[in-house]
Amino acid sequence: MEKDKRKIVRTTAWSPGCGSHGGCGFKLEIENGKLVKVEGDECHPWNQGRVCAKGLALTQYVHHPDRVRHPLKRVGARGENKWQQITWEEAFDICEKKLKEIREKYGAESVIFAQGTGRDIGGPITYLCYAYGSPNWVQIGLAGHSCYTPRQGAMFVTNGNYTMADCSQFLEKRYEDPQWVRPNVIINWAQNPINGCFDGFYGHWIVDCMKRGSKLIVIDPRVTWLASRAEIHLQNRPGTDGAIALGMLHVIINEGLYDKEFVDKWCNGFDKLKERVQQYPPEKMAAIAWIKTEDLIRAARLYAQSKPSAIHWGVPIDGNPQGTVVAQAIAHLWSITGNIDIPGGNVIAKAAFGVTTYPFTSQEMADLYGEEMVKKLNELRIGCDRYPMIKGFRGWVQPDVLLEQLETGKPYKVHGAWIQTSNPIGGQAADPKRHLAALQDLDFIVVVDTFHNPTSVALADIFLPAAALSEKESFRNWWWPLTNMVKAVDSGDTKSDWEINLEMANRLTTGPIRFKTVKDLIDDRLKPAGITYDELAKRGSWYAPKDGSSVPYYRYETGMLRRDGKPGFDTPSGKVELYATRYEEWGLDPLPYFVEASESPVSTPELWAKYPLIFASGRRVPVFFHAEHRMIPWLREIVPDPVIEINPQTAKDLGIEDGEWVLAENNHGSAKFKALLTPTAHPKIVSVGHGWWIPEAKPETPGLFDNWEHNCNQLVPMGTQSKSGFGGGAYKTSLCRVVKIGAKDSK
Amino acid sequence: MPRKALMIDYEYCTGCHACEVACKQEHDYPVGKGGIHMNEIMTTLPNGRLRIDYIPFPTAYCDLCAVRTKKKGETTACAKHCQAQVISYDTVAELAKIMENKAHAVMFTPK
Repeated sequence: MEKDKRKIVRTTAWSPGCGSHGGCGFKLEIENGKLVKVEGDECHPWNQGRVCAKGLALTQYVHHPDRVRHPLKRVGARGENKWQQITWEEAFDICEKKLKEIREKYGAESVIFAQGTGRDIGGPITYLCYAYGSPNWVQIGLAGHSCYTPRQGAMFVTNGNYTMADCSQFLEKRYEDPQWVRPNVIINWAQNPINGCFDGFYGHWIVDCMKRGSKLIVIDPRVTWLASRAEIHLQNRPGTDGAIALGMLHVIINEGLYDKEFVDKWCNGFDKLKERVQQYPPEKMAAIAWIKTEDLIRAARLYAQSKPSAIHWGVPIDGNPQGTVVAQAIAHLWSITGNIDIPGGNVIAKAAFGVTTYPFTSQEMADLYGEEMVKKLNELRIGCDRYPMIKGFRGWVQPDVLLEQLETGKPYKVHGAWIQTSNPIGGQAADPKRHLAALQDLDFIVVVDTFHNPTSVALADIFLPAAALSEKESFRNWWWPLTNMVKAVDSGDTKSDWEINLEMANRLTTGPIRFKTVKDLIDDRLKPAGITYDELAKRGSWYAPKDGSSVPYYRYETGMLRRDGKPGFDTPSGKVELYATRYEEWGLDPLPYFVEASESPVSTPELWAKYPLIFASGRRVPVFFHAEHRMIPWLREIVPDPVIEINPQTAKDLGIEDGEWVLAENNHGSAKFKALLTPTAHPKIVSVGHGWWIPEAKPETPGLFDNWEHNCNQLVPMGTQSKSGFGGGAYKTSLCRVVKIGAKDSK
Repeated sequence: MPRKALMIDYEYCTGCHACEVACKQEHDYPVGKGGIHMNEIMTTLPNGRLRIDYIPFPTAYCDLCAVRTKKKGETTACAKHCQAQVISYDTVAELAKIMENKAHAVMFTPK
């Protein structure tokens, strides 16, 4: 790369770096070949010039002294943290040899390909996984696969497509576009979106709408800032979102507040739904959820009577017991009120130009890799034999079944793991000690990442260093507009996830080699947009369609949702399926219902007597994304310690002072946190952040960067998955007690 | 030159810390030093509900982004990157006019 004295490169951010689900336009300032500053791109419709704390600290991430910058080979025992620097050629040769050996001896299915959260990885890792021939694309330890996919599954069966709260994100001129109408009411359900850009949604879009007049209903166990600005705040017990949704459906249906014309014309099964919800009167549902009946009724009326109204939701929905059922009930709310694909409602989200980066549906998988291939792989995927929905939707391994299979070797033994952009031991895996023990048995483990972390130190045989977002060529299409990541600086001896996986795929594939370079591959995938990677970069890294099926609104009327071009929704009946025939086909109840978590104040009163607080993990902060960023000085300064939020009265009863280190413990395990006494916490609910390992602590086992001191997932079990296989991870619903362990400010 | 200031519309400040990191990047301030500091204020309202307000405060290290604003004619780094777009940089007189119509706002005149 030429060493310009100073230049500005416009790109779209999508990990590694800011780390999050991405989408923002950045102007990277490069001086003498080095990234010196990040500014928001005012011309980019996604963020319109703003950048969050994580993005603004990008220089400290990219130039961090602890970044791994060369491929490494383990020389000591796993966990000793002893490494030898090797060349990429050596690293690729070792990986090729080992993975081919395993495939020959045990079959391709005996290697799992693991990623973490939804970043610039779903594309490259599925590409490698399928080239190798394995059906096992997985998020290790993500109990019940409780992140977005359960909600996607419910939307797929109900609406045939995915929807999002309409904050004008599918219009190039955004809030200025005359087609857009601001939602009169937004239900912000189980998320604090201002802390990031989760699930392809820039959180502050909600604030943009508030400033333009949208009123809020917030459903959240914590009093968040958004809750404090809401017309109605339902401060519910974690795991009861389904009760609230069913109670609201009861009110809206029985009071006749639904959109009769839309229901008659575009929905199936309304009478069956009406009959079902009679079991869920608001009084009963409010009592279950620890909220006031009148508030639940007011919320239902306000939402239904304020059209257009939108619902924005978060990952705790997935972790509800029967997450796919809860998400279905919530999808029914926007469906029966006719708030789907209208301006200011829940707009249908389709990828710009139909370009796929990260396959979000089975259909996208089939389009990329062929029906036959997808069908064949579905037969052997871990969890498919037990869960028809796992077999029928998207292509993920069921993570709870994986853990059992790692331990028992049945129905087949897993021998290898390719873990990329994921730190299950220090991050997403519930019951991380059980996972560490199970994964130790594997013959060969590759970790691809930017920094060492508990997983790489404990398990990697080979470590491959990944390039940061400013150092790579990639593309992003989640959902709109079509964007790309432009290589602004030299990547040194690191490589992008796409580069690594394309090279490995070309070495391992049993089929023809289609692409020699990443740019060839990207250009091929961009074909539906009629643009190349370089052309996209020249446009400033984004390109918005003027028309076509990804442009709203009312596409169910125009035939833009279905492959056959007929009006209607992309479901078997062509209607919004209030009665889900796909659930029925998968052996599931086609209508929504409510169940308690397997451990809860109601289902296990004896456990509740011993552990009288609900342990809600995964509390987000704006300066970290999951298990990342604790080594970034400007960010760690803002949140230096893992905290547990406790209501002041509860803390007083326990003799706990603000700032004191405490132990949260339960029947599954324990972890240490610093007490943060706050009236935002419900007296019976404590909240902790997740992904806490301490980069400055000792890396080697047994400590693994103090992972076992602070990893909250030690209190969260595996094996609580929903009947569908998707949803039900108890990340928000475990029970615990909190005890004092020491003096103020001492560990 | 009329006096310049920062106005914070704290009806909508979400406490996201972007202003703090934007300031650090702009001035290359190390840990422990920053030109703007976010404060959290909680009030129990007469109806029993909790109100949370966030107010970023320009510290002694705030120079109103002298290089950015004077040499480049841009707004301050905190105003540019404020995710809720609640920080305005302008003259005291102009900001005072805008404040007339704000539900909750505060003006700071750092020097």
